[in-house]
Amino acid sequence: MIELGPHAAFIIWAYLGVALAVAGLVGWTLLDARRTARKLALLETRRARK
Amino acid sequence: MSIQSTPKQSWWNRIAHPGQFVAWSAPWLWPLAVLTALLFAMGLWLAFIDSPQDYQMGHTVRIMYVHVPNAWLSQFVYGVMALSALGTLVWRHPMADVSMKAAAPLGALFTALALFTGALWGRPTWGTFWEWDGRMTSTLVLLFIYLGIIALWRAFDDQLRAARIVAVFTLVGAINIPIIKFSVDWWSTLHQPASVFRADGPRMPPSILAPLFVMFAAFTLLFLALHLKSMHTEIKRRRIATLQRKAAQGHTA
Repeated sequence: MIELGPHAAFIIWAYLGVALAVAGLVGWTLLDARRTARKLALLETRRARK
Repeated sequence: MSIQSTPKQSWWNRIAHPGQFVAWSAPWLWPLAVLTALLFAMGLWLAFIDSPQDYQMGHTVRIMYVHVPNAWLSQFVYGVMALSALGTLVWRHPMADVSMKAAAPLGALFTALALFTGALWGRPTWGTFWEWDGRMTSTLVLLFIYLGIIALWRAFDDQLRAARIVAVFTLVGAINIPIIKFSVDWWSTLHQPASVFRADGPRMPPSILAPLFVMFAAFTLLFLALHLKSMHTEIKRRRIATLQRKAAQGHTA
């Protein structure tokens, strides 16, 4: 375990908060991209059938 | 014609044409993602294993390696949005408002993280999570500007009309960026003055600068990768809106 001194809790919370927020942002970006791509593919398939 | 299968054009049109933009920029995403991950791994190793504690702040200096890159990005992303706003208003560039819209949520999150990590760094070093001084207050105002811009985008169905209004709002809000930058020189503040980007060079030793610059690069590449991906999604979202509008009007073109 890395020694972080008497203010370890502040350091850990700072990195944990950033890690969670960045992971959430990446996840949301990818999910949004996948959902939008699926919707567009569906619309273009329907359009091609007409 | 599908969004992925538009014909080859000149370099300017490749930037301006949404389909072409997706086609030439998509191959950059994976290399960007891999490089970002490698830089984060290296930055974290340097930050926790290979850098000393500060002679005054002790181990809390390690918060700087996430705080400063987020603070830098909060302003850099706004700079990207301001440039895109000029692209929308002056050159009517088709990708400018896509860039502006895709960057806003990213900038808001980086600004929120700068405030969050700053508060956690402030408590052990200054004895307080928050102080209404120039730097912190102007950064909070920046967060509200980002949230206002996101709300403005959502207030309009017609995204082309929204783009011009948001572009004007973005350029007016850009006045806050030099205020943030120079707030530590203009007003009495708890926040330290600039210690990295100075005319006479950084005031930090290389052992602290190295993890800081690696984390700078990691966060900046993270923004570029997410911005690119969000722009692709926004282009597809607009294509969906066009197809739905045509379907509602009874066209099949």
